[in-house]
Amino acid sequence: MAEKLLMTALSPTMENGLIVKWNKKEGDLIQSGDILCEVETDKATMDYESSVDGELLKILLPEGRKAFIGDPIAIVGDKSEDLSQLLVDSKSKPDKETSIISDFTHAEKEIKQLQRQKHAIDKIKVSPLARRIAAENMITLHDIIGTGPEGRIVKRDLENIIKGKKNKSINIVNPLAIETIGDKSIPITEKRRIIAKRLSESMYSAPHYYLKLSVNMDKILSERSEFNQVAKEKISMNAYLIKFVAEALKRHPMINANWQGDTISKFAKADIGLAVAQQDGLITPIVKDCGNKGILAVDYELRILIDKAKKGKLMPEEFIGATFTISNLGSYGIEEFTAIINPPGSAILAVGKIIKEPTVSMNNEIEIHSNVRLTLSCDHRVIDGVVGASFLNDLKIMMENPIKTLY
Amino acid sequence: MLQNYDLLVLGAGPGGYVAAIRASQLKMKVAIIEKDKPGGVCLNIGCIPSKALIHQAELFRSINDLKALGVQIDLSQFDYSKVIAKSRKAADVLSKGVNYLLKKNNIDLIMGTGILTGKNEITLNDGKVITGKNIIISTGSKPKSINGFNFNHRTIISSTDALLLEKLPKSILILGAGAIGVEFAHIMNAFGVEVHLVEMLKTILPIEDQDTVQVLDKSFRKRGINILTSTKALSVSEENNLLKVSLEENSLKQVIEVEKMLVSVGRTANITDIGLANVGVEIEKGFIKVGNYYQTNVTNIYAVGDIINTPQLAHVASKEGEIAVEHLAGLNPEPKIDLQIIPSGTYCEPQIASFGYTEQKAKENGIPYKTVSFPYRGAGKSVAIEKSEGIVKILYSPDSKEIIGAHIVGAEATELIHEILLARSAELLPEDIAKMIHIHPTLSESIMEAMRAVNNWAIHI
Repeated sequence: MAEKLLMTALSPTMENGLIVKWNKKEGDLIQSGDILCEVETDKATMDYESSVDGELLKILLPEGRKAFIGDPIAIVGDKSEDLSQLLVDSKSKPDKETSIISDFTHAEKEIKQLQRQKHAIDKIKVSPLARRIAAENMITLHDIIGTGPEGRIVKRDLENIIKGKKNKSINIVNPLAIETIGDKSIPITEKRRIIAKRLSESMYSAPHYYLKLSVNMDKILSERSEFNQVAKEKISMNAYLIKFVAEALKRHPMINANWQGDTISKFAKADIGLAVAQQDGLITPIVKDCGNKGILAVDYELRILIDKAKKGKLMPEEFIGATFTISNLGSYGIEEFTAIINPPGSAILAVGKIIKEPTVSMNNEIEIHSNVRLTLSCDHRVIDGVVGASFLNDLKIMMENPIKTLY
Repeated sequence: MLQNYDLLVLGAGPGGYVAAIRASQLKMKVAIIEKDKPGGVCLNIGCIPSKALIHQAELFRSINDLKALGVQIDLSQFDYSKVIAKSRKAADVLSKGVNYLLKKNNIDLIMGTGILTGKNEITLNDGKVITGKNIIISTGSKPKSINGFNFNHRTIISSTDALLLEKLPKSILILGAGAIGVEFAHIMNAFGVEVHLVEMLKTILPIEDQDTVQVLDKSFRKRGINILTSTKALSVSEENNLLKVSLEENSLKQVIEVEKMLVSVGRTANITDIGLANVGVEIEKGFIKVGNYYQTNVTNIYAVGDIINTPQLAHVASKEGEIAVEHLAGLNPEPKIDLQIIPSGTYCEPQIASFGYTEQKAKENGIPYKTVSFPYRGAGKSVAIEKSEGIVKILYSPDSKEIIGAHIVGAEATELIHEILLARSAELLPEDIAKMIHIHPTLSESIMEAMRAVNNWAIHI
């Protein structure tokens, strides 16, 4: 059966590749292992080896053009086959070089790309057990060189990666994985690749600015401790934060929006992501439609999502597409910090540690309050300073006097 | 005579002769020294002749089935020495086969005993000295004797003696219910001997999974084998060719009178009289100490088989021999056998075969596991051939569903186990076997069903 050859990650950090030269032409018979073309990656020019046997029926990406990982570059199969369907599929895709990719469609694209990679992974030699362990640990298979029979990826290869040991075969066979001789190089996981790509894109394309203020947490703290004394499951501070942010977003829909190049799209719902640390990175599980949920419902969902996140079992739709994100490093002792916006959102709230400190009251008296520093990072393309400031100020007012949320 | 070899192998059992042939395949010049017959215990006084006896025993047992069909059988001319003769013939054929294989591979077979007299040197019993770059010690083991029950090879016998008995005793007490003891209980009972099977631990076959053992235990008791577990043998005395064995079970004492007593409490490694001290090969707890690739502390000397502290099984010895040879040939074998993928079999009716974790072992080691069992009777074939007694039990990891142990009791268990072992070693998952179409009707269907049971979709239960 004819199949598309996809651009694969020829180096751990590569996100797209430029075809320097096609070594085979349409009509050539190729065998698995033949060098089809030379691809320029972020690091070097690499040989692209065919993973299949057959006739090179169609070159989809001519020399001098770029493709993202997972995009088709050629079709290989039997001459007699009807390629129309395969060709339509590849043409209907937007030209990655010229089209402006919005962050939101970008998120969708990532989900699709994960599915496409799953398809490509089906062709990698891997034992069923190793495939399952890789899926459970969100480890991408195409960078791994197997040590089983005929190079099959087996359980021990993944165990080595999970243990953080360097995969000796990668060092021997894939020189790109070695950055400097003598230093240790660790193969990156698919998750790390996505984190790196998304955050650098965000920092690069969205002009960030930061707004900071201090919020008196006394009322929330006393309400929470009162509630938790009788509650079966203790409510987390993050559930309160998410709910108040959702309320503030209702009042300031411009914060809950996304830059589209020609337009700005306002999201109908507040899907709020919470950054959660994992062993090998971080992930932002999303509580959907927080505006229409109470604190208890938010807390309940959050607990399930965080548990899944820590086990690496979140589905893509559970962590891609947050319209607003909260990052809370308070429990790590951080008093205040700035965060990088997590697309497709246009703002992220960095939450510090709650600290008791002296405050000057309205009556010029020194009082001790529990305060938290909130720092809002905004994408200036969407959110102007005053818009961001009034959002943050309303958030402060509601958090300090929860009853005002009802006004 | 001074002759230089690439490899000297001391002992031509399943560890030694396989190592020698593998070495010859890898272009080494090899000599192998054997004091008895090539093939070792396994072939001459172990696995092979015992399987021949078991085959005859099972033919004999089927007399009852034939009687049920109205066939009349005259046992008056039955001669047990003919049974032994058949088993000797099987052993001889295979031993000659090993002889032939050694010759075919241009291996010098030296008959005699050898003593290490240097790290590259073995001195033979006739005084000749041969030298070699590397040496593999594979001198095997012999039946372990215990104080107070020393072998007299007449009434108190070892498994070797038992394999050569020309005449059946009327009664026998078997001390030690490991694989050897259980197999002899099966043989003797099949030929109509009164059998007492005595085990110090709580169950027979104590290292097997207790679910499979229970099936065998029940079957043995039904056949009239007197199983005495948690029982110690205190002493034995002989009077008029009859043994009086005193036993104690939880301070309850009894004396059993039998014609013979088979002591099968394990095997002792043959580490004496081979000159280990001459070259300083380290010994630990009665075994030669080895590291990766079965290398001893003397780097050009390797040791494989029953002489080292790994499971005393012929197939383990052979694999160890291959690993040692491949390592010294500069290939890149696995450094040692993964103990979790060594299968073992006990040949009785019903058979027991297993590998990997038992429930007891998994618990001891804190390994999380789940189990499924499927009874033989759920596979139509077992009912058709009147072998419906048995179970297939699988242990698997709760998360990844990796197969971590398999235990089969029932007809053909020792053949059936390999499907599961292949799955285990190729890292297939239960669903891979569950989805595979099996011939109907076969006993193997019960393996497919057990694998289906992992995901709760077994059909015939």
